[in-house]
Amino acid sequence: MTGILIIADHRQGELSPVTLELVTAAQDLRDGAGGGVSVAVIADSPDTHISAVSVEGVDEVLPVSVPVSEFQPDAYASAVRALIADRAPAVVLVPHTVNGLGYAAAVAAQSGCGFASDVFSLGYDGSDLVATRALYGEKVHVELEFPGRSTVLITVRAGSFDEAQGSGSPSVHPFAIDQVAAPRSTHMQFIEPAADGDVDISQVEFITSIGRGVGEEDNVEQFKELAESMGAVLGCSRPIADSGWLPKSRQVGQSGKTVSACKVYVALGISGSVQHMAGMKHVENIIAVNSDPDAAMFGIARYGVVGDMFEVGEELQNHFD
Amino acid sequence: MKILVPIKQVATLDEDFELRDDGRDVDPDYFDKDLNEWDEYSVEEALLIKEASSSDVEVIVVTVGPDDADEALRKCLAKGADRAVRVWDDALEESDSLAIARVLARVAEKESPDMVFAGTQSSDAAYSSTGVALAAFLDWPHAAVVSKLDYAVGADKAVFHRELEGGLLEEGEIQCPCVLTIQLGINAPRYASLRGIKQAKSKQLDELSLDDLGLSASDVGAQGSASRVRRVFVPEKGQAELIGGTAAEQAERLARIIKEMRGM
Ligand SMILES: Cc1cc2nc3c(=O)[nH]c(=O)nc-3n(C[C@H](O)[C@H](O)[C@H](O)COP(=O)(O)OP(=O)(O)OC[C@H]3O[C@@H](n4cnc5c(N)ncnc54)[C@H](O)[C@@H]3O)c2cc1C
Ligand SMILES: Nc1ncnc2c1ncn2[C@@H]1O[C@H](COP(=O)(O)O)[C@@H](O)[C@H]1O
Repeated sequence: MTGILIIADHRQGELSPVTLELVTAAQDLRDGAGGGVSVAVIADSPDTHISAVSVEGVDEVLPVSVPVSEFQPDAYASAVRALIADRAPAVVLVPHTVNGLGYAAAVAAQSGCGFASDVFSLGYDGSDLVATRALYGEKVHVELEFPGRSTVLITVRAGSFDEAQGSGSPSVHPFAIDQVAAPRSTHMQFIEPAADGDVDISQVEFITSIGRGVGEEDNVEQFKELAESMGAVLGCSRPIADSGWLPKSRQVGQSGKTVSACKVYVALGISGSVQHMAGMKHVENIIAVNSDPDAAMFGIARYGVVGDMFEVGEELQNHFD
Repeated sequence: MKILVPIKQVATLDEDFELRDDGRDVDPDYFDKDLNEWDEYSVEEALLIKEASSSDVEVIVVTVGPDDADEALRKCLAKGADRAVRVWDDALEESDSLAIARVLARVAEKESPDMVFAGTQSSDAAYSSTGVALAAFLDWPHAAVVSKLDYAVGADKAVFHRELEGGLLEEGEIQCPCVLTIQLGINAPRYASLRGIKQAKSKQLDELSLDDLGLSASDVGAQGSASRVRRVFVPEKGQAELIGGTAAEQAERLARIIKEMRGM
């Protein structure tokens, strides 16, 4: 078993950048995995993505034709199983995206590979692959090993590695699968998130966000006022939007908005889940207020206050009247 | 007609938690346990479908866990689930998501439900893989991160939305029976009523062993898992500068910092 196999992620004709992050992740594994880096593109017309994945660090591109236009779990699972059976890679890297969640575990279960999900650090200790992921709301990390597994499938957290840069000249080997399982689900359409005439939080420079620490709907108002007097736009974590306390368009994170233009982000009562951080961890000035000193948000914040968001919020209001 | 809902009793950590002596997990003395948040939504979805159906629908909750996981099952029974199953054996310690899924698949084979709703993720382990692995062991169709569902019990197809990155949705159709992993926000989970809590006490809660499911110790635990824990550690904290003092002092300092950052 040698080499590293990366499964490209794409949607609506666009390669997801996380695919190139996996190319970077693969470089440190080269020696341990004892072989080259291959990128498989599973699509109805995979050739359209060949140039996008032909970056430095990729030795080989494997276009795999499947009869589905968008991600479909059966098609992906059977293609990846066939690739594993034929190529016998030491490591298979899949992005821990919503699509990745949709087939990686199925492949691992069916192929009997070693498996770990949402991994953000990888390396070899001698001949043993070691994968690091988080537990208990990011408060502890855990190192996993895979004794006795000749192939290990890893889903890799987006944003953990830089995108591979520079053009490469990989060889291209179309990979044919004999038997495509009949897909048991079908993609019908994409539905864009509703633009509800609210502010576009991705373009805002100063954001104050509230999380579940706000407790109940009636408490939201005072933070609206605080944000307003500070000249900030009020954002939120997912539970606040799910409860309908603020519009979905104010939700920051993986399934909400990335606050691309934000320069100052004040997080009040937000624990700091991976999915929330996915939308804001790039912000240069993060201020966290949380009653839990171990909250993961303190790990990325520049300034932190361990305390009650209500008390701090009320006092803060006095300085912006 | 049956809907099977795998649920998990998850742990959050107390302040100042400590690691277990062997360094391979957190000391369970520092665990606070509750029903996984995602499972509140999957149970609710099953109950809504049951309530909308003219035929008899049984909602069965199942968990793989030790005695104290009964609490999570009772919570679901109190909300309105009809029956509960708990599988446990000491050999199940150290099982990863694939080993858990293997056990759940046996339960599903035994119950032959019309649908299985798992959560998208458990808030403690966050494998986000148990449901899809379960589908693979059953060789059932599956869809992950479902945020809307149109399904009537007994139908051979369901229409769903999957929630993708950036709030983009995918609408799709899937053959049933299938396994769906349910996303937060798909519905508004109910609280258990006092009456429900009372009734839950007399609802059936079966305990199954590995034997009952035709599994052996080597199918689960460390041997039956696709990974093994080497060690657990507390990551080095980032460089957040902590601001001390009273709330008033903290706010004053914060206000200054914010104004400076904003160039005010
Ligand atoms: C596929 C997927 C996509 C997701 N997308 C997103 C997304 O886009 N955005 C998002 O936010 N989440 C998303 N999530 C959900 C995410 O996993 C978390 O559940 C969520 O971010 C938690 O929100 P929270 O931090 O507000 O709540 P919690 O995690 O419950 O944290 C609340 C925090 O408030 C603190 N607190 C409580 N009371 C006080 C007080 N009085 N003063 C100060 N602090 C207090 C607590 O210590 C705690 O840290 C997604 C999950 C999945 C699986
Ligand atoms: N021990 C368990 N018993 C029953 N169901 C579980 C268990 N662990 C995980 N699940 C199910 O799998 C979902 C996702 O969990 P995970 O894959 O651990 O993130 C949960 O919401 C449950 O539906």
